[in-house]
This record gives sequence, C-alpha cells and structure tokens, in this order.
Amino acid sequence: MDPPQRLRDDDADAVFRALADGTRRDILRRTLTGPQSISALAGRYEMSFAAVQKHVTVLDRCGLVEKQRFGKEQLVSARVERIAQASGLLAEFERLWRYRVGRIDLLLDGEPSERASEEHPSTHPSTDP
Amino acid sequence: MPVISTERDTEALTLTIVARFDAPAERVWQVWEDPRQLERWWGPPTWPATFERHDFVAGGESRYVMTGPDGTRAGGWWRAIEVRPTERFEWEDGFADADGQPDPSMPVTHAVVTLEESDGVTTMTTVSTFASLEQLEQLLAMGMDEGMREAMGQIDDLLAG
Repeated sequence: MDPPQRLRDDDADAVFRALADGTRRDILRRTLTGPQSISALAGRYEMSFAAVQKHVTVLDRCGLVEKQRFGKEQLVSARVERIAQASGLLAEFERLWRYRVGRIDLLLDGEPSERASEEHPSTHPSTDP
Repeated sequence: MPVISTERDTEALTLTIVARFDAPAERVWQVWEDPRQLERWWGPPTWPATFERHDFVAGGESRYVMTGPDGTRAGGWWRAIEVRPTERFEWEDGFADADGQPDPSMPVTHAVVTLEESDGVTTMTTVSTFASLEQLEQLLAMGMDEGMREAMGQIDDLLAG
C-alpha cells in the first residue's frame, strides 16, 4: 500500500474549515460528478450569487476545487487528488484495524487468555509481529 | 481472513470494518471487556498498550498507555457512551497527557462496535468517525511512525498469504 501524501498542518486546517460548512460540502459533492458553473450552483441554494461565489472561493483556496473560465462562465471542478488524500488517511486507519482484527482472531483462536494473566497486570505479551 | 469488508467514507470521514470470528458473541465481547485481553490487540504493532483503568459501563472511563520501541509513552483515554454486553459498545477515544489526564487540545475519535452472532459465528462491525481531515492527520502523525508502518506492511503480507 502506498503511503498517502501528507497534508501540511495549515493546509489541513483550511480543508477542515472549508468542509465544516454544509453548503460547501454540498457544492463539493456536486462538482465531484462533473464541472458546474457558479450560476448553476447559485440556482440551487437560497442565497445570493455572491454568497455562493464566496463559498466556492473558500473551497478553491484550500485546493478542494479549481475554477476555470469557460467563455462567460466560471466552471468549478473538484480536485479529485485532494479528496484522495482523505482516502489515503482513512486507509492507514484501515490497516490498523485489520491488524487489530488479526490479533483478536489469534486471541480467540486458542491463545490461553480468559483472566489468567490478571495476576500480572503490568506484563503483556509482545505485540510485535 | 477475518476481515470481510471495509468502507472508507471520505466525505463523512468514517471508517467501517466488518470482521467475522469463529466464536460466540459472548467470547468476542470479552476481548473488549477484559483489559488484559484488550491490551493484547489494541496497541498498534510495536506499540503495546497497557490499560491501567477500564471502567466498562456507560459513562465509565478507561486509561491506557502505549509504549513505543524507543520507550516513548503515549497515553490515551476512552469514555464509554453505551455498553450493552455482547451487543454494542459506543465510546470516545482520545489522547491523554503525561499524567494520564485527557488532553482537550487533542482530537477525539467517536467509535461504535456491534456484535451479531449467528450459528456460533460473530460478525463484528466497528465504525470510527473522525471530526476532520486535520484530526486524521494529527492521529496518524502522533500514532504511526515508520517502524509501525513497516510492521503493519509485514502483517498485511502475512494475512494476505
């Protein structure tokens, strides 16, 4: 498995703030399926064009979407590789859980356990592979 | 391979792991309930965990310490939200400071494990929810060093083989 690309701390902060807003999450969701014009997006929310534009700017600044001019229209597209970073981070946790599940399986599979080790609470078997 | 499916939701930032064990739910529950069993699997590779407190009732708290290969100690805490024996455990998992006290400046993970038994086989589903990408980053930066990644890779190979 490839290690995910790391987000720098301040980048991650900006991503977090951007995704903390429901409208911005919704905009991102729509742009994932294909580029959307700002005016088309603006038609979907009960807020001004300028307000929607502002939300897009926040998403743009932290790199979750990019804007391209197409004639008179500004098109907004999700930056899929950025979102892939989130997936990469979750993947690392997935590996940890796969490891844990493997350990539980060994434990259930007959390693003497029950409460036998209770007399020595400070010692524990090595979890090294 | 006890893991039967996993799901990463990059939008909600949740990770779901479904595993199946050839054991009754009562037995699988013990690996959560008994701190001596819990510490045999909770700590990541090369970071064994020791549970110093494990108050496994709703509202109860746990304290654990993980020790890295170079002797570095990392503390953690759990706060049980719901404990329904052999069926469901919901809790918060966070970092503790050097004195073992919950560190409010560090991220908290929300998690739920459910057990379902059928014909002596137990399906265990764990759902971890992270508050933000920032939190995920922070968790990984704190908890996972190179050695651990390497060890984890070896385990992947082992389990795949």
